[in-house]
Amino acid sequence: MKASMELQRFELRLSGLGGQGILTLGKVLGAGLAIEEGYEVSQTQSYGPEARGGASRSDLVISSHSISYPKPEQLDLLVAMSQEACNLYYRHLKPGGLLLVDDSLVKQTPTNIYWGLPFTSLAVQKLGMPQAANMVLLGALAHFLPFIQPRSMKKSLERNLSPRFLEGNLKAFQLGLTHARKKYPDAQEQWTFS
Amino acid sequence: MPSKVKKPNRRNERAIFALGNEAVVEGALLAGCSFFGGYPITPSTEIAEIMADRLPRLDDGVFIQMEDEIASLGAVIGASLAGRKAMTATSGPGFSLMQEHIGYACMAEVPLVIVNVMRGGPSTGLPTSPAQGDVQQARWGTHGDHPIIVLSASDVHECLEMTVRAFNLAEKYRSPVILLLDEITAHTREKITLPEPGSFEIFTRIKPSMPPEWFVPYEESMRGVPPMPPLGAGYRFHVTGLTHDVHGYPTSRPEEVQNLMQRLFRKIDQFFYDIQFVEETACDDAEILVIAYGCVARSAHLAVVQAREKGLKAGLIKLKTLFPFPRPAMEKLMQHCRVLVVPEMNMGQISREVKRVNNGRAQVRTLNRVDGQIITPGQILKLLQKV
Amino acid sequence: MAEVTQLIHHYLRHNKKFPHVLCPGCGHGIVLGSLVRSIHQLGLTKDEVVLVAGIGCSGRIAVYTDFNTVHTTHGRALTFATGIKMANPGLKVIVIMGDGDALSIGGNHFIHAARRNIGVTALILNNNIYGMTGGQSSSTTPQDSVSMTTPFGQMEKSFDIVELAKAAGAHYVARSTVLHVKLLDRIIVTALERPGFNLVEALTPCHTQFGRKNKFKTVVDMYKWYKKNALPLDALAKLPEAQRNARVPIGIFVQEEAHSLEDRYVMLRSRLQEGAS
Repeated sequence: MKASMELQRFELRLSGLGGQGILTLGKVLGAGLAIEEGYEVSQTQSYGPEARGGASRSDLVISSHSISYPKPEQLDLLVAMSQEACNLYYRHLKPGGLLLVDDSLVKQTPTNIYWGLPFTSLAVQKLGMPQAANMVLLGALAHFLPFIQPRSMKKSLERNLSPRFLEGNLKAFQLGLTHARKKYPDAQEQWTFS
Repeated sequence: MPSKVKKPNRRNERAIFALGNEAVVEGALLAGCSFFGGYPITPSTEIAEIMADRLPRLDDGVFIQMEDEIASLGAVIGASLAGRKAMTATSGPGFSLMQEHIGYACMAEVPLVIVNVMRGGPSTGLPTSPAQGDVQQARWGTHGDHPIIVLSASDVHECLEMTVRAFNLAEKYRSPVILLLDEITAHTREKITLPEPGSFEIFTRIKPSMPPEWFVPYEESMRGVPPMPPLGAGYRFHVTGLTHDVHGYPTSRPEEVQNLMQRLFRKIDQFFYDIQFVEETACDDAEILVIAYGCVARSAHLAVVQAREKGLKAGLIKLKTLFPFPRPAMEKLMQHCRVLVVPEMNMGQISREVKRVNNGRAQVRTLNRVDGQIITPGQILKLLQKV
Repeated sequence: MAEVTQLIHHYLRHNKKFPHVLCPGCGHGIVLGSLVRSIHQLGLTKDEVVLVAGIGCSGRIAVYTDFNTVHTTHGRALTFATGIKMANPGLKVIVIMGDGDALSIGGNHFIHAARRNIGVTALILNNNIYGMTGGQSSSTTPQDSVSMTTPFGQMEKSFDIVELAKAAGAHYVARSTVLHVKLLDRIIVTALERPGFNLVEALTPCHTQFGRKNKFKTVVDMYKWYKKNALPLDALAKLPEAQRNARVPIGIFVQEEAHSLEDRYVMLRSRLQEGAS
């Protein structure tokens, strides 16, 4: 089991296209961290016409202490679920910040240092539900981020999403978690926290 | 490797992860609000949506979507006259439409709360981007000379807290109270702990206790705030937007007009101390004082912390009351400082007030941003280092 | 006469300074009399009646009556009334508006109040003109008539309040003139008894601002015009079709049953509470 960690200011951006469930993911992840894990979290999101088809973005600042400025300044982790998002936001990563992409959609990464998993094609091929890609991603994040307990995220899923979709969502979550563990068993050791 | 520590308050049953707009609803319900009349407009819409779900579940709760913002505030005034704690929420263009009825509520002394989630303007402007351009409109938007109370909040917890305070002040002073939020504050999700019922002071308007035949609806008193009966309780009186005498009847007799206007101002002015909310950070020895409100106050907080780390004697006054402008609270803090820095997402609306109360003792530096983006801590820090 | 005096003493305010604002010959006082008689006939208490008024000559009526009176903003009386009724459905909410008030500046609120069937009685005192501000055209000023802002004749078509209310979904729509007082009393009583949004249009002459500019020598000529041209619906039906257009139909145009909004709200609440328990 992962240890509880003190975080100063961890900045995370979830980005992709409208319809991929980025905003829902941000809310579930944020609620899990804030309510189940007890961190302070400020979650903001891009809001506007782009939320319906164009670029979509959800930002989280996570800390063990109260958060003054609610928006990210330099990202510790950028998750890109589309090529455009990857291109657009890569420059916001801080030096040493990490990039995680859906490599079934992002074909061209600006650096060779990144983590990639095919969230969308996993959701399509294993579950027949492309819209569950966000929950596959959540499962993977539960592995990649050393301060997230998978069971907290599962609880957050239960509390924040419709019970009708819970079974499918939990399956997707497990799928992401399993694949991330298999492909990147050492992921958690790669973090350097400032 | 990070140190292992005990997690702070793991799983608190009263903790929620909520938008600023959701916290407004929680605050309103805590304060006893049972009526919401509104019209959907970005970025305030969630308040109406959540109210639409919550209010009908209460024994006496009413949500009504009106045909426009003029009608929304009209319905809210009606509900308040009928004895309800009532509110509306809007943004930019909707707030402009409400101005006529804000004046009515001032004149007829109707307690109510208006939440205005500020977005870029003028006109349709930037519907989904933050701004702080409605500050002076909130103070002076309706025609005629009038006092008004304008509050502000900068994070999700404050959205709850200041909504409760807005209701309390509205009820205490029989005045419309405007709570100014901005798109960022309204749309940030954070963890807040819902207060236990009873942990906040909740004020409810004072009703007349004398028999109806003795009741003079707008009688002069020390407090300046007449008791307010709900419609239908036996105290039949006249409510009007016309300048009126103590009975509520229209008048143009100069002495009666003068008395009314003076009382309207006095009832707010003499309770300055009860209405001014400011929060100080590192102000005691500060030579450079940042004065900020809304989401910008959060940028300013980080900037001040960083400035202190660099050895600058910087401090922050966060304004939670914008009007009446908290002059007494400010003057004390301004006495020993060299520079006042006022960052805001407009071309200088609160900095005018700061300059007005400053009396030339300190240099006032403004930092203005009107491109639909938040002023960053870096921008403020840069200015602090320069001055 | 004694009975009238009693009504006046009971329903009008004693401490309100008179004289009132209405001109000699104005029909607004007749509507006020009709309203007071109707309330009296129904046995409503003064405490349960809320009289909400707009701005204009009609708006000034409320202050004279000893009910709960709310003199609102121009055109928005129905919005205040909506809030009052939703907040306390036990109150009998009556809204007095003028034609410019209800149909021009308040047109939007009018159609929506009718559509949502809020439980208020709307009395529109239609004198076809803005009286208080000195005789400018309103949205019911007949085409070609002269006003201060249509010195060469009104070019626009006017609203027919009854037709508009019908189209907006009002469940009770009635019209009378102030000359047809018995009809006026009857339709106001019915309107006050019914749930939901009830519209009564009262045609009332404004000689000072409308009649004088439009070939009515005296206000009596205006009453005579009502006498000649206002026809009950059944009488109108007997006329040859060619003659009908020049006449003004009076009577009850719509009378249907439907739940008011505030009743529906009570039902919603109990449904939600059942679901919760």
